[in-house]
Amino acid sequence: MRTLDQTTQEVVDLASKHFNVPSGSLAPSDDFFKKLGIDSLQALELLSRLENHFGIELPDYEVQGVSDFRTLAERIQSRL
Amino acid sequence: MLDLSKYQSIGAALKDALTVFSAETCLIETDREREKERLTYKDFQNRAHPLARALQEAGFSAADCASIIMTNQSKWLISAYAIFFGGGVLVPLDYKLTPAEHWQLLKHSGAKVLVTEYPIWRQLNTAPERAAAENVKLVLVTEAPPNADLAGAQRWEEFHNSAGPVFVPRERKDIACIVYSSGTGGRPKGCMMTHENYLEQCVALTSLYPFWPGVRYLSILPTNHAIDFMVGFFGPFSCGACVVHLRTLRPEFVREAFPKYKITYVSLVPLVLKNLQRGLQARFDELPPGKRKVFNFLVAVNKALTKSKPRLGLSRKLLGQIHANFGGELRAIIVGGAFTEPQTLQFFYDLGIPVANGYGLTEAGTAITVNDLNPFRADTVGKPLPGMEVKIVDPAEDGVGEVYVRSKTIMAGYLNDPELTAEAFSNGWLKTGDLGRIDPTGHLILSGRKKNMIVTEEGKNIYPEDIEAVFESLLVKEFCVFAANYVWPKRSMVGEQLVLALHLENGQSYTDALRNDIIARNNRLLNYKRVHGVILLDEDFPRTASLKIKRNILAERLAQLDRTSAILPL
Repeated sequence: MRTLDQTTQEVVDLASKHFNVPSGSLAPSDDFFKKLGIDSLQALELLSRLENHFGIELPDYEVQGVSDFRTLAERIQSRL
Repeated sequence: MLDLSKYQSIGAALKDALTVFSAETCLIETDREREKERLTYKDFQNRAHPLARALQEAGFSAADCASIIMTNQSKWLISAYAIFFGGGVLVPLDYKLTPAEHWQLLKHSGAKVLVTEYPIWRQLNTAPERAAAENVKLVLVTEAPPNADLAGAQRWEEFHNSAGPVFVPRERKDIACIVYSSGTGGRPKGCMMTHENYLEQCVALTSLYPFWPGVRYLSILPTNHAIDFMVGFFGPFSCGACVVHLRTLRPEFVREAFPKYKITYVSLVPLVLKNLQRGLQARFDELPPGKRKVFNFLVAVNKALTKSKPRLGLSRKLLGQIHANFGGELRAIIVGGAFTEPQTLQFFYDLGIPVANGYGLTEAGTAITVNDLNPFRADTVGKPLPGMEVKIVDPAEDGVGEVYVRSKTIMAGYLNDPELTAEAFSNGWLKTGDLGRIDPTGHLILSGRKKNMIVTEEGKNIYPEDIEAVFESLLVKEFCVFAANYVWPKRSMVGEQLVLALHLENGQSYTDALRNDIIARNNRLLNYKRVHGVILLDEDFPRTASLKIKRNILAERLAQLDRTSAILPL
């Protein structure tokens, strides 16, 4: 079972890969909309990738209002 | 289609629709690749009437308000029907608001009943603002897990009474819905929409974009939004058509839905339309040179042959693969909620997919103008719908002035706010606050805003005063939020931004600590509500006798600064 820190790191790594930014440039507390300059649709695309990676289904309502990697990781962790 | 001129209310029309079209499919609900529900109009009636009766047994009666805070799904429409059947007033709220915002609007509307989904209720229930909304007496929660703590709410699925409900008639002038155009955190703007507003709007819209049994409308915009409420509920239901709901809006499932359900119409906000355009363009760019050449030729042929009007059959033959991706039966994409760039509209039209772009305000019903496609014009927002009067007030030399509207679809006023209502109207005309001109062919061309607000590409109206609360107690002398295009008028409806004007204390400087505090507060706002930058002004803000900031005068002072250098990005 992953720890929350591990999950968070995997989320950050996947986001950096998905949006082609250096992995070291993203921090768990970053606002991904702002840091990555993405819109809500691009965030949904990232969610699909995260679901495939973690093997879970994350309903849209679970990520409503979430804008930082750590909180996103917490929502994922609760479904692992 | 029902003859809506014979009806007095939404409830009466819907009641008859369930009987007239009883064997037709009215709703399909899917969750990812799984179809969860498929209802005929008769099935819908069988679900809705016991709910309507149970509401009546609980004391819900004519003119009582009931709010729905839900994602797009069948229970949204079933609940709305039950509310209208009982003569109630529907208060549809955006599920994406925060719990504090929800409770504020629930209190303002005076809603007695709330229908919501369990995940939303979990957040609403724990919000401290709940205590202030004592008017909400009954909460119905859908899809709660078996052992969930409902905190005083009741399960929607168990809230029914098999005795037949009593239909409560309403008149055209009565309020059908209170729709909030904005006002969360600030001064709530609850648009009181009458039954006549909806009945007239439905007739006007369906005269251009008709529904009939067999038509399938893909409901993506939230149903609380005026567009989806009309073309994703009342419009199709009054014509016996079918609404398809997706429980997730991940792009891959939205794409799959088109061919799977042979979608006829869909409504999108510009953001989603542009995303679709990007995806398609990327695929075209990957074509090998030979195929690309053939494809470009076919697009050029289609463009030439559809110059005067759409020819769907021809376009589907010429560009079969493209149309197959959209299910092969798509008649039009309805786009609204915000301004759409002409090149995006043209992109789809050239592929043989008409985009019904239009212009509307919550206060004016669903739409004021819509492109009638005869011929398609990407550079305008179309002509006024039947029954709509549009005029340009105080036009400049180029014909651009403020757009005023008058019709039977205009709201009765703002709830509990006669002052705001009076400001919104001039001799019976609704002042839109938007700038535009009407060209010689009768098309409206928008070119900017007169009012201090922005509309995002996702169709969200943001009023600066509504987000100022987050900057309360900021360690500066005074502050004020503006739409940059209001301060520096720009003939543009895209790329709008909010800016935070600051007046620092004597001797205070704009430090990193202050900037970081602003960023942290800004991040507490939903992403689309955030300010883009800061403007420093070294003078007292002009104020009224009651110490309110005179925004228009302050804006004039800020306008004397150079826009590019004055805005310090966050």
